[in-house]
Amino acid sequence: MRKITYREALREALREEMRRDPAVFLLGEDIGRYWGGAFKVTEGLAEEFGDERVRDTPISESAIIGVAVGAAITGMRPVAEIMFGDLTALAMDQIANQAAKLRYMFGGQAKVPLVIRTPFGGGVNIAAHHSQCLEAWFMHVPGLYVAVPSTPYDAKGLLKTAIRGNNPVIFCEHKLLYPIEGEVPEEEYTVPFGVADIKREGEDVTVVATLYMVHRALRAAEVLAKEKGISVEVVDPRTLTPLDKKAIINSVKKTGRLVVVSEDCKTAGVTAEIAAMVAEEAIDYLDAPIKRVAEPDTPIPFSPPLERRVIPDEKAIIRAVEEVV
Amino acid sequence: MTLTAVPPREKLVEMYGTMVKIRLFEEKVFELYAQNLVPGTIHLYTGQEAVAVGVCSALRRDDYITSTHRGHGHCIAKGADVKRVMAEILGKRTGYCKGKGGSMHIADFSVGMLGATAVVGAGIPIAAGAGLSIKLRKTDQVVACFFGDGASNQGTFHEGINMAAIWSLPVIFVCENNLYAMGTRQSMVMRVESVAERASAYGIPGVVADGNDVLAVYDATLKAAERARKGEGPTLIECKTYRHRGHSRVDPAKYRPKEEVEAWLARDPIKRFREKLLELNVLTEVEIQQIDREVAAEIEEAVQYAMESPYPAPEEALEDVYA
Repeated sequence: MRKITYREALREALREEMRRDPAVFLLGEDIGRYWGGAFKVTEGLAEEFGDERVRDTPISESAIIGVAVGAAITGMRPVAEIMFGDLTALAMDQIANQAAKLRYMFGGQAKVPLVIRTPFGGGVNIAAHHSQCLEAWFMHVPGLYVAVPSTPYDAKGLLKTAIRGNNPVIFCEHKLLYPIEGEVPEEEYTVPFGVADIKREGEDVTVVATLYMVHRALRAAEVLAKEKGISVEVVDPRTLTPLDKKAIINSVKKTGRLVVVSEDCKTAGVTAEIAAMVAEEAIDYLDAPIKRVAEPDTPIPFSPPLERRVIPDEKAIIRAVEEVV
Repeated sequence: MTLTAVPPREKLVEMYGTMVKIRLFEEKVFELYAQNLVPGTIHLYTGQEAVAVGVCSALRRDDYITSTHRGHGHCIAKGADVKRVMAEILGKRTGYCKGKGGSMHIADFSVGMLGATAVVGAGIPIAAGAGLSIKLRKTDQVVACFFGDGASNQGTFHEGINMAAIWSLPVIFVCENNLYAMGTRQSMVMRVESVAERASAYGIPGVVADGNDVLAVYDATLKAAERARKGEGPTLIECKTYRHRGHSRVDPAKYRPKEEVEAWLARDPIKRFREKLLELNVLTEVEIQQIDREVAAEIEEAVQYAMESPYPAPEEALEDVYA
């Protein structure tokens, strides 16, 4: 099968959906013909679809999302880009109080088919305002879906599902994933929400990971298999809301051991939710305490040795797995 | 003032009826609240009727509006059914939002009422977005966005109006300046005399209208709507008005000087319009009384409908989170 990058896969999804449905349009800062997006995801799309449908905006995150909400409830399918995930904070009222709640508050009258694409994650030394993983903020808001693709295949398929759906989706991308290559079929496909993917099958320990941590978990699993003879199953939920609880629990039933890995701070984070869910619904299948690998409760520091200290790496994952077997 | 055009008799009569409908509706809500029949809080529109009616009378049914926590008047003026508005305020299943929204979140998408948001200023970019949708869909609808003087100090005011201006979106930004953001007087939080002055920062027209004169508001809105439909972009209309009651149900509004309140009560928009209609020979005293009685009966019917309607079943709290 042909291989393309995560960035190209996202662009393909946008292009195909814009060709398919004239209601789909893009808006965001520097996404148009002059820059093509800070991470070049939308490069070339303004040339094909025009400046009306690939719309450069002022630096006004709150209005970017507010305008997208207004367009969504009146028949359009906006895909808004927030240049860095950290900047969703500027639009939080529009995301959490408006996009997420209009349908409910209005008794089901509104549909909010809105996708908010934004890159999260560290590893590129751009410090506390450009490196966070904030998926958990959005998991805490009923009415939002949260997609976390880790591969080009998932990125394309999930983005198409997000665009075709009728609910607001926080589409979490990761800066380190954009250049990663993977197999993506030429033919049409989508990836459903709420269906996890087993990225590596194993028998001894379940590792649940998302976004870039999936790749670290896979490398850790490789090392553990070779050097320690430990068989790790890597489960990638692909969407955090809805969460495929069944797939995680089924894996835990098989292995009896769970390590949850996420690139966000530990307190009230992604790992906390998944660990609590398994503790509540499947504790009888566990043969060891659940281990969480997450960031310490600090902002993301700038200097490379400092940043490496806080973002979970393969060693941290290996250590956690060894502690539970 | 000079009007571009005096609306036809039928329209004037309808405008008067709607203003009375809002007034009597709000007085009834207050009465029900006093009897402890309204859960939560209420923000009454009493005194500001000329704004909602003046604006919505200049719009088409397929035009949109966005609204605020003080939104009952906007709903009624855009053509929502008072029965279902009242039912929503009482938390009943037959309300527009099935009891999930209440007084601060009423919407009726069937008449283009895109809903009330209770976060001050949040509706401004949403209205701009509806305007962008109109532009992309290439229809000739317009959006009227209601907000208060308080909202004009939010960042969303700047971001939303700027975006609508740069893209020439068909939006009419209607600032209902009732002089107080809760208990905070405009002069405490704004160096400019009028919110309309701020329009110059976005390169769009800023118009001050007498918000207690329904025909002045109607006229300003017609001009703004015409401009918007021609693709010439948004207008900011500031309607100077006054709320007859406090900010919300707990507020006796003691921060307002007595003379100020009396001066504004003397300029009651309904009283003024009634006088105008008599002066123009549009209606007689008898006809006016007849309309008042009919509207009162309609409100009574709405109350009865709302009171007799069932509450939603508790399990319905779990519905409508996702589409």
